[in-house]
Amino acid sequence: MTTRLSPALIAVAALVYIFLVGPLIIVIGASLSDTTYLTFPPQGLSLRWFEKIFEITAFRRTIVTSLQLAFLATGLALLIGIPAAYALNRYRIQLPSWLSTVFVLPILVPEIVLGFSLLKSVAVGASFPIFLSLLIGHTLLVLPYCVRVISASLASFDFSIEEAAISLGSPPAKTFFTIVLPNVRAGVVAAFILAFITSINDVSTSLFLTGPGVSTLPIQILAHVEQFFDPTIASVSVLLMFLTVAVMAIVERTLGLTFLAK
Amino acid sequence: MTQALDINDLTAHYGSTKVLEDLSLSVGASELVSLLGASGCGKTTTLRLIAGFLEPTEGTIRLGGRDLTRLPAHKRDIGLVFQNYALFPHLTVLENVAFGLKQRGVASGERDKRARAMLDRVGLSVLAERLPGALSGGQKQRVALARALVIEPPLLMFDEPLSNLDAKLRVDMRVEIRQLQRANGTTSVYVTHDQEEAFSISDRVAIMNAGRIMQFDTPEVLYQRPTNAFVARFVGFENLIPLRTVARDGEMVTVEAAGGAQLTLSQERFGPIPDAFTLATRPDGLAVTPEAGADGLPATLGLRTYLGRAYQYQCETAAGHLVANGALSAPLEPGGTARLVPVPDQCCVLAGTEL
Repeated sequence: MTTRLSPALIAVAALVYIFLVGPLIIVIGASLSDTTYLTFPPQGLSLRWFEKIFEITAFRRTIVTSLQLAFLATGLALLIGIPAAYALNRYRIQLPSWLSTVFVLPILVPEIVLGFSLLKSVAVGASFPIFLSLLIGHTLLVLPYCVRVISASLASFDFSIEEAAISLGSPPAKTFFTIVLPNVRAGVVAAFILAFITSINDVSTSLFLTGPGVSTLPIQILAHVEQFFDPTIASVSVLLMFLTVAVMAIVERTLGLTFLAK
Repeated sequence: MTQALDINDLTAHYGSTKVLEDLSLSVGASELVSLLGASGCGKTTTLRLIAGFLEPTEGTIRLGGRDLTRLPAHKRDIGLVFQNYALFPHLTVLENVAFGLKQRGVASGERDKRARAMLDRVGLSVLAERLPGALSGGQKQRVALARALVIEPPLLMFDEPLSNLDAKLRVDMRVEIRQLQRANGTTSVYVTHDQEEAFSISDRVAIMNAGRIMQFDTPEVLYQRPTNAFVARFVGFENLIPLRTVARDGEMVTVEAAGGAQLTLSQERFGPIPDAFTLATRPDGLAVTPEAGADGLPATLGLRTYLGRAYQYQCETAAGHLVANGALSAPLEPGGTARLVPVPDQCCVLAGTEL
């Protein structure tokens, strides 16, 4: 038996899809336009604005910087976040509520404030190199997501499983990698994806930390828009979108599939 | 390879709270000993101390000739069966069972052979390639048992292993556990809060309360001859009557209860009677008789309930509320008066009058 859906429900669902997918279609369409100005629907079809991206040195450079930054910041945040989440859950550390909000604080505080305070303390105060300042900023930005998501995953993990492994002769450190980690892989993958997207799309924090010679792709897009109004902007946005999706797909395939199969 | 477990003066703290005090316990080779008590009595703490997941503040734990007290948990060589099975969700049943052998460096061919043989013994060889998620509770606990036994540990410990199973399966599983334990002759410690389970499965039982062992003996002795009020109450001696000796005449001792009622007890039949003691009985150990002249405690009968083999009366006496059983042939009316007479072989004389 199939359930009959009411036409109104179908209409609402369709509207939601249009609302979600519409902007993406417009951006993709605009990026393919043959005109020298941004327009939709595209007039003529051309890939020349995608070629243009790679002719502009600033774009080439910032794509690399953004990818490096996203991978490094996510990696660092996982290196810090996994042990932190493990310790919080394993030893059932009951943080006072004000202290546990510390872990969401970077999410609650406007990123622009995080950027500004880092500018004062790290970039200017300690006069760290620009890339290092950006890396610190992005790591701080994505760390709360990592701790939260992996914590949620560990909260449903039964630690007597870990004790069972230890009682059977597996040393604690080894047990963490062979028993605990494989069982919270879903959380780690989710944390990676969330952190990576947050980092690669970040504008507010990066705005304060970029400087002469070193910038990220979203900041470069912003700078470009201020001067030019050609479809490069659309094509570079599409590129950023596909880069993100590609990384997600690779992560899912290498880490996530075995989990999804269960 | 059976070894005896010796625990000496073990004291443990959680933070500044003392959860175990001077606990000593000896488990003989091939013996199965249960730790029985309500939650919070220290039984699980004791098990975790033996397993090495907690460190004692004082005392020693020895297994065979080895001192385990400061040995890390993964070097203790103890088989553990948990309440919630604790199977590795990402490994197959066979891999679960083979895990301990792998840690011991057993070659993969040999490992498989031994794991399969052990699965065969618990009747699960057909499920070897499944993941634990696909098993029922009883099957999971069998896998957990196989996983703990396959490493041939000198000591096997169970932490409420049957609590998550339904009643029927619980009874079947405990017989199975006992048979496997007997066949292997593995020294075992079994933690449970279920009296029937502990008594039916164990060679000896330690009844625990507030971090101490109250009495440690065979189930038969515990059930019939408790030595203190806590154990007496725990095994169902509902009536605890504080008494004081007022006169002795050879074997016969006259005692007085609160409120002034007197009884004459024979030491030949009740055992040695001290000057101040508590008489403990189950409801069956107090006979209800309507005769006013009988040598018993005067009581006012309250609610009468039908047990099938007897009537049970809620009785009010000067010595407090008591529960007694009376014969089916002579039902008594609630509200009337009667005398409660202690039945010698169903009473225990406990030293002291503190309840």
